[in-house]
Amino acid sequence: MSTMDNTLPDAEALFAELKAQMASSIAFDAKLVGVFSGGAWLADRLKAELDGEHEVGYIDVSFYRDDLSTSGLKSNVRSTQIPFSVEGAHIVIVDDVLFTGRSIRAAVNTLFDYGRPASVQLAVLVDRGGRELPIAADYVGMPLIVATDLMLALSKNDGGKFALTTEPWKAR
Amino acid sequence: MLSKKNLQLNDNGDLHHLLAIEGLPKRIIERILDTAESFVGINEREVKVVPLLRGKSIFNIFFENSTRTRTTFEIAAKRLSADVVSLDVQRSSTNKGETILDTIANLTAMHADMFVVRHSESGAPYLIAQHAAPHVHVVNAGDGRHEHPTQGLLDVFTIRRYKKDFTRLTVAIVGDVLHSRVARSQIHALTTLGVPEVRVIGPRTLLPADIERLGVRVFTSLEEGLKGVDVVTMLRLQNERMTGALLPSASEYFSRYGLTPQKLALAKPDAIVLHPGPMNRGVEIDSAVADGSQSVILPQVTYGIAIRMAVMAILAGATR
Amino acid sequence: MKIAIRKGRVIDPASKFDAVADVFVAAGKIVAIGEPPSDWASKKEINADGCIVAPGLVDLAVHVKRGTLTTEIAAASAGGVTSMVCSPDTDPVLDEPGLVDMLRLRAQSFHSTHLYPLGALTKALAGVQLAELSKLALAGCIGFAQADRPIVDTQVLLRAMQYAATFDFSVWLQPEDVHLANNGVAHEGEVASRLGLAGIPSSAEIIALSTHLELARVTGVRLHVCRVSTAEGVGLIRAAKLGGVKVTADVAINHLHLIDLDIGHFDSNYRLSPPLRTSRDRDALRAGVIDGTIDAIVSDHTPRPEDAKQLPFGEAAPGATGLETLLSLTLRFAESAKLSLTEALGRITHHAANAAGLRAGHIAVDAVADLCVFDPGAYRLITKAGLKSAGKNSPFLGYELPGVVRATITAGHIAFEAAA
Repeated sequence: MSTMDNTLPDAEALFAELKAQMASSIAFDAKLVGVFSGGAWLADRLKAELDGEHEVGYIDVSFYRDDLSTSGLKSNVRSTQIPFSVEGAHIVIVDDVLFTGRSIRAAVNTLFDYGRPASVQLAVLVDRGGRELPIAADYVGMPLIVATDLMLALSKNDGGKFALTTEPWKAR
Repeated sequence: MLSKKNLQLNDNGDLHHLLAIEGLPKRIIERILDTAESFVGINEREVKVVPLLRGKSIFNIFFENSTRTRTTFEIAAKRLSADVVSLDVQRSSTNKGETILDTIANLTAMHADMFVVRHSESGAPYLIAQHAAPHVHVVNAGDGRHEHPTQGLLDVFTIRRYKKDFTRLTVAIVGDVLHSRVARSQIHALTTLGVPEVRVIGPRTLLPADIERLGVRVFTSLEEGLKGVDVVTMLRLQNERMTGALLPSASEYFSRYGLTPQKLALAKPDAIVLHPGPMNRGVEIDSAVADGSQSVILPQVTYGIAIRMAVMAILAGATR
Repeated sequence: MKIAIRKGRVIDPASKFDAVADVFVAAGKIVAIGEPPSDWASKKEINADGCIVAPGLVDLAVHVKRGTLTTEIAAASAGGVTSMVCSPDTDPVLDEPGLVDMLRLRAQSFHSTHLYPLGALTKALAGVQLAELSKLALAGCIGFAQADRPIVDTQVLLRAMQYAATFDFSVWLQPEDVHLANNGVAHEGEVASRLGLAGIPSSAEIIALSTHLELARVTGVRLHVCRVSTAEGVGLIRAAKLGGVKVTADVAINHLHLIDLDIGHFDSNYRLSPPLRTSRDRDALRAGVIDGTIDAIVSDHTPRPEDAKQLPFGEAAPGATGLETLLSLTLRFAESAKLSLTEALGRITHHAANAAGLRAGHIAVDAVADLCVFDPGAYRLITKAGLKSAGKNSPFLGYELPGVVRATITAGHIAFEAAA
């Protein structure tokens, strides 16, 4: 049961901010790798709206997580798709929310099993703090404080518009 | 009279052991197939290993030798970064009882997380699951004539990759159904996934009693049974079946039940042919079919790794 | 010892006596029912208020090994059994008079049960050469059997029956065609096919039984059919009895309750010989007991050590421990089959005794004081710890069953008395 919370910022505005930061900084041919599922939607929109030739890939980090023993394997694992050579590429990992940093650690590890990139940057829509690893984003739509007992995630409506939602953490 | 609890599922309804396809809910079969789909991509990469099961100890305990099956489980475990040890347990007739449960107790004391068990007696993995420590997972890698669930899963995974919609298929399973754990697992997997017609084809000596009760149609003529089918699974015929009164000879069997291009032509033009291996060319299957364009026997082997990775990953993530 | 059993409901199936009465025992016999003999002074009083006082049970199928005699006789007494017929597949096989003497002496020393051995029909039960039937009979064998090792050669079987008939010895056979049963571990049918277990078809019993009945007809031998398990088998026995063949039969209590489906997830406690069959067979067996085609219900008591059962189903030793559950399961059978208590008890007392030619299983003045006092309304949970038998291999572990034995008296001795 996700609830729309009026106090949450407008995701479309954050997206515009993120896009503006990236437009002035990322390489012309930087590859965008979205982390399922929110990051994948963002990567698709960024490719469509940013200038340059940005190929897109998708990562499911389930097989690289460090919490199998406590949380089990996610039930809807999707296939990681990297349709370009990672070797020597400039890559921007795109995710919706940066929290503990564990998913990003898993995403970086996943990426390196496909080759050795020239550089890896991180773009996130929201940085909610709470890091458990030495990881920081290069591009941030907005820092945001959210109660620790809530999960913050990106959703996409039928028209393709983004919105932020919160819900209590699920056991699995 | 007493309730017989489903040993395979934990209290949350998640898979804790994989002992048989019979009794598995459709959602669990589908989850295994979906997860395996993601592992197919991993197996095609340059780096074929993911760190998911790092630190887990998996023991392949083979009370009955099978290099092929053991190898596929080893590869799957290694690609998940698990520590894997394979044991071929020599069985002596004098201390059979001690062997199984003592072996299990010893390996549990070595902090095993998962046992992959192959045994010549039907039900042996159940005995092990009943006596294993609560955190240990048991995978049946083939027990007697009972089931070979990972084989059944890779069979339906292969079928799904080529045929998509199970609810429109007619599938024929041909040969020694009586002694085949592969047939039993495949029948249960297909019927659970909604295949409307599963046929078994063979002489009466190789069909189990009351097999119709498993929801299959029985044919004794290969020609009749192959008409209009989408999928043909050929079962291996062991040479030892020729020595008793089950069959007169390999060549007579081939003349009646061997799959030749002419007989395969009776099936749908796009029918696919499966075989669990190892094949007996010229006994149950003609080389022209085994190596032909409708054969998906090698893809089955490839998908077998992904299915076993999926099973191990899902089990390792389940808690009591 | 002078024992008075007070206020119990005395049921004697043989005479159809059924009334609340005091029973008085002295010098190993029943001396009075109702009013005490003159000058009566009890050494022991048993309050049987609310209990049934029945004849001690007669169990026609008990498998014991010499080493376990102590525990198994204790199990018999705890189960209300005062007479048991012992199968010849002891270790060593009962094919020599000296072995029979030894077993009987050993059993007698307990003063708790009457043990009636069956001798081996053929030497070492090998089915080749006849055992010394006359000598064995003199040593106390009440009949001759092959246990679970059928005679394959029908000519040997014919001669064995002819020879036994010469001296009016009875022959006890469990009908199973060894070739059809070869390697089988469960009833051939849907359940075995699902579980991938090698099947024993019903025809294995039907064919062997047909042979036995025909040879019994031509030789005139007294045949006792052990452990009938199929609907067709019941039909054959019924027809043979009508046709004048001298045949009696028993069924294991397990087969009146359980079917192949109960094997569940390869539970080796349900591996029995003959195998558990279908609900149709079970219904026919029940009908056979009710109409008297089947004379006796037996425990087929087969204690097995734990490690003989902690094996995959097909490798586990067949059989179930049963002396301590025979009474309870018979009560439960009577309840579900709407059979009167008197009739049901008859199948484990005087009908069983008659089938075996034993003078046992009834309550009467001057009869041997073999008695079982039990509370039919009390229930007990079957647990491994609660079983006195060395074999904990019961398919009924975890069941709550009616009937609790309060006291067992064998030839005037208190063989068992429940803690108050």
